[in-house]
Amino acid sequence: MPQEYRLILKHADQPGYTPDLACYLRHGGYESLKKALATPGRDLPDGKKQTPREVVRDDVLKSGLRGRGGAGFSAGLKWSFVDRRGGKPIYLVCNADESEPGTFKDRQILHKDPHQLVEGMIISCWANDVKLAYIYIRGEMPHGARLLNKALEEARAAGFLGKNVLGSGHDIEIHVHRGAGAYICGEETGLIESLEGKRPYPRIKPPYFPAVLGLYMSPTIVNNVETLCHVVHVVRLGGAEYAKLGTPNNTGTRIVSLSGDVTKPGYFEVEVGKVTLGELINDPAFGGGLKTGRSLKAIIPGGSSSKVLKAGEKFKLRRKGADGQMTQVEVDLLDLPYDFDSLQQAGTMSGSGAIIVMDDTRDMVDTLANLSEFYAHESCGQCTPCREGALWMSKALHRLTTGGGRSADADYLRDIAQNIQGRTICAFGEAAAWPVLSFVKKFRDEFTARGQADEAARAKGLAKPGTHH
Amino acid sequence: MSNAAPNAPAPTAPPPVETLRIKVDGRDIDVPKTMPDWQGRPQPTTMLQACHLAGHEVPHYCYHPKLPVAGNCRMCLVEFGTPAMDMATRKPILNEDGSVKIARSVLPYEPQTPRGAIACATPISPGMEIYPSSPATKQMRESVLESLLINHPLDCPICDQAGECKLQESSVQHGQGASRFVEAKVHKPKAVDLGPRIVLDDERCVLCTRCVRFTKDIVGDDALGIVNRGSYNTISAFPGKAFDNNYTLNTVDLCPVGALTSKDFRFKMRVWFLKETRGICTSCATGCNITIGSREETVHRYEPRENDAVNGTWMCDSGRLNYRWIGRADRLRDVTAGGAKTTWKAAIDAIAGKLASAPAGSVAIVASARQTTEELYLVKKLATRLGAPTDSVPREGEADKLLVSADRNPNSNGARLTGISYTEAGIQLPRIADGIRNGTIRSLVVFGEDVTQHGIGADLLAKLELLVASDILPNATTAAAHHVLPGCAAAEKRGTFVNAKGRVQRFLKAVEPKGDARPEAEFLLELLAGVGAGQFPATAEGLFNRMAGEIPAFAGVEWARLGDAGANVAV
Ligand SMILES: Cc1cc2nc3c(=O)[nH]c(=O)nc-3n(C[C@H](O)[C@H](O)[C@H](O)COP(=O)(O)O)c2cc1C
Ligand code: SF4
Ligand code: SF4
Ligand code: SF4
Ligand code: FES
Repeated sequence: MPQEYRLILKHADQPGYTPDLACYLRHGGYESLKKALATPGRDLPDGKKQTPREVVRDDVLKSGLRGRGGAGFSAGLKWSFVDRRGGKPIYLVCNADESEPGTFKDRQILHKDPHQLVEGMIISCWANDVKLAYIYIRGEMPHGARLLNKALEEARAAGFLGKNVLGSGHDIEIHVHRGAGAYICGEETGLIESLEGKRPYPRIKPPYFPAVLGLYMSPTIVNNVETLCHVVHVVRLGGAEYAKLGTPNNTGTRIVSLSGDVTKPGYFEVEVGKVTLGELINDPAFGGGLKTGRSLKAIIPGGSSSKVLKAGEKFKLRRKGADGQMTQVEVDLLDLPYDFDSLQQAGTMSGSGAIIVMDDTRDMVDTLANLSEFYAHESCGQCTPCREGALWMSKALHRLTTGGGRSADADYLRDIAQNIQGRTICAFGEAAAWPVLSFVKKFRDEFTARGQADEAARAKGLAKPGTHH
Repeated sequence: MSNAAPNAPAPTAPPPVETLRIKVDGRDIDVPKTMPDWQGRPQPTTMLQACHLAGHEVPHYCYHPKLPVAGNCRMCLVEFGTPAMDMATRKPILNEDGSVKIARSVLPYEPQTPRGAIACATPISPGMEIYPSSPATKQMRESVLESLLINHPLDCPICDQAGECKLQESSVQHGQGASRFVEAKVHKPKAVDLGPRIVLDDERCVLCTRCVRFTKDIVGDDALGIVNRGSYNTISAFPGKAFDNNYTLNTVDLCPVGALTSKDFRFKMRVWFLKETRGICTSCATGCNITIGSREETVHRYEPRENDAVNGTWMCDSGRLNYRWIGRADRLRDVTAGGAKTTWKAAIDAIAGKLASAPAGSVAIVASARQTTEELYLVKKLATRLGAPTDSVPREGEADKLLVSADRNPNSNGARLTGISYTEAGIQLPRIADGIRNGTIRSLVVFGEDVTQHGIGADLLAKLELLVASDILPNATTAAAHHVLPGCAAAEKRGTFVNAKGRVQRFLKAVEPKGDARPEAEFLLELLAGVGAGQFPATAEGLFNRMAGEIPAFAGVEWARLGDAGANVAV
């Protein structure tokens, strides 16, 4: 029986659990911080010495922890890229902008257990020699911002934060910065620009890799809320022990946001790769299945930016056997393990961990038009392919959903999207193009049928006026 | 190189330049590891710079060599490859023929599709291959251009930029014939009054942010920005605030399309009718290099001309707009004597006769630091022959941080080097005034200045036996003069100025002088001959070379070697 595995959300939904310091402490809060600060240095077999900080960073690397914000990049590796020699201050930024449609997991932490994030950040600051850190929180979450500020005050008063953290001699400060309602502020370099008080135009890479030229042109680590909370547990369990959670290369737990046409939408924390897409949708412990009489049509598996998967699709996954040999196995959509690598091999991604389920009542043209409108509205407009292409696709889809369709619109849409992906400053280009590319490819008949119907209506003089131009 | 100071000792051995070998369109080329960035600091050479060295111009809109790189237009996307590495051994993988295998860059999630890099911001690496002409590169370029055009109004027939528009150029070179865009275009503000000198058409704007970066990073006036989002992005000044610094018109030059237009030039002239002449701005001692646009003997605009030793690619608005007086209706056109029109011959004969017979010490000359160095040299010859004290008139203002010099004369150093004025220009003027007052000075020759504004009032001028005024526009001095000799604007003659930093720069003739007016050097030669001061070369070149042979500071400098960029002299 697949089940939730609550690590991050272990206490959050328990009756009587409150977001204040006293409650957090009663549940073992800030013990990981104390453990981290007490970490001894160690001698490596090759004769090199590791400082206590290096030991903790090494542990995070060994834990296999991968970013929970979208890209699933190794947290330990990201920390290892930080320019520690340049002499500039190192900053840590917590990405709490959670805006990917379908995603509602960071806010569970922010609203119910803010101290867990604060502890994760303090440990991460200490481990990375960071003295100043920021939490960039989505503008539409004012309550979360209030709770965070209160948690920071409590932590400061208790000596976990501020000057000389727990008598260790280290000064660490954390500030909350509220966004103003733009999805692009979740992209790490757009976020950094916004934090600097500018328009959130993502930066070009090269040269502006955050690890070298981030906030105030200084080395900067940007991690997601959930990622930083995991650091608490990596320290508590030890990297090797943590890595036993989940599956190899897809370690730990993650919070899945399940929405759409399931009877029991909600968030569920699971061990990564131990639960399949089908279980998440159908098992009573999770989504509880589709509504009666409905059948599955499609799944958006990792937030609205991920490529859609079609009911009945089969995928070839590479698997490492017990003998270490790579083999290929064919897997049905519903049997896809919900982890980073499997979804990537299925041609999509687990992204922000948000699953959107669509049943047979959903019109894919209308659905895509809705998604595209979001991307057209949220494109920052800095670079040409995304700025012009995102609105172009949205306009075409609007036309197609209001009687102005053409049978060639499927190819038209595909061509526009092809000219965006891989050519933009930031990954928003992919985020805008992928839904279009995947919907049009996998549900081509629906797009063509719409266009043909409109053409036929126009030929008979039945076209609704004013639908386009 | 014309940029090098000719009288500096020749460097013994040029410092070795570290190079990288790469391939551009299949051809090997060694390019320097670093090249100057927008501030002239050495930075890793970019693909765009490397392609340029290989003779291939990568099309670009947002990139400008003198602005921080933005990387937003994506027009410069190029396909490329790098040596394939064996991850295990960290050694390059070889082809069967032993050559290094090149891994073409592809989309990580779609390995059959090439992934371009923006040439303007991507550094080269050893063994890199750049394919600026490959089908994939062309496809990327075409698609970017298509995106730029879908919401563009395509009103070229009434656009001021037509003929100079990079969008037009690219469409011809890289565009597709027909548009497949069938949606409604985005509409944005037209004819926005951005500031006192600039009008903006937001629909034509391609959002390259050159204007934004220029005013923020070069001028230091964070005056422009973008409002709205996505395709609705719109360039704007702060609400209620005018875009008004002394450099705003540079954004018109920088704008790759016709979005930013100069109120001064807007709709006046189709650019392809303009004749272009290399000139020097005369409005301050910086001596910004300019291109004079003229048609049928009328100057229509000044534009900055690149010279990294002087003005980069910029000029100030006040200097740029200071050309209209050249065409003023009240320009002095006639040679006059006692208020009556006469001929050059009669005038020069009369003046030469009076000056030649004037007792030594009774003549004084006030020249102008707006005259050419060659003219000042000749004036000095005249002064020496006559034993006349000389000076020029200082003109001071406030300097700014970018270009404008506190010295508002274009050739104060020319006046100093030729011996017309001392380190402190104008110091002799009170003495000349005293001389007139006490009757020792009885003849005064004035070039291009209204001395009544500089301590030699009309009452003193009235005491003179001979007042000769050579000028361009009428003033109180020309009104009081016995002889008026109409002269030329810099745009009407050839010559040199020496700027505040000692850069000798030549300028060429754009338009014909008005009426009977002549370049001052021409009639100075006649005057010198008339007073028996000798013969001098009749051309600007000849005069310059003669002067350079005489004045130590100019030693080794020749007209021909000045080129378009000028040469440094010690000042
Ligand atoms: C358009 C766009 C929006 C994003 N929004 C978010 C977001 O809301 N929250 C987040 O944590 N990461 C977001 N990301 C990912 C961040 O850029 C970054 O990769 C992440 O914060 C890194 O944290 P992690 O390594 O802990 O996952 C977004 C990325 C893109 C391209
Ligand atoms: S890809 Fe889109 S969101 Fe990202 S920088 Fe370009 S225009 Fe902005
Ligand atoms: S107005 Fe011109 S220079 Fe400024 S962003 Fe638009 S196109 Fe570029
Ligand atoms: S800075 Fe001086 S020389 Fe340059 S354009 Fe302005 S006035 Fe002319
Ligand atoms: S020139 Fe605009 S992105 Fe390179």
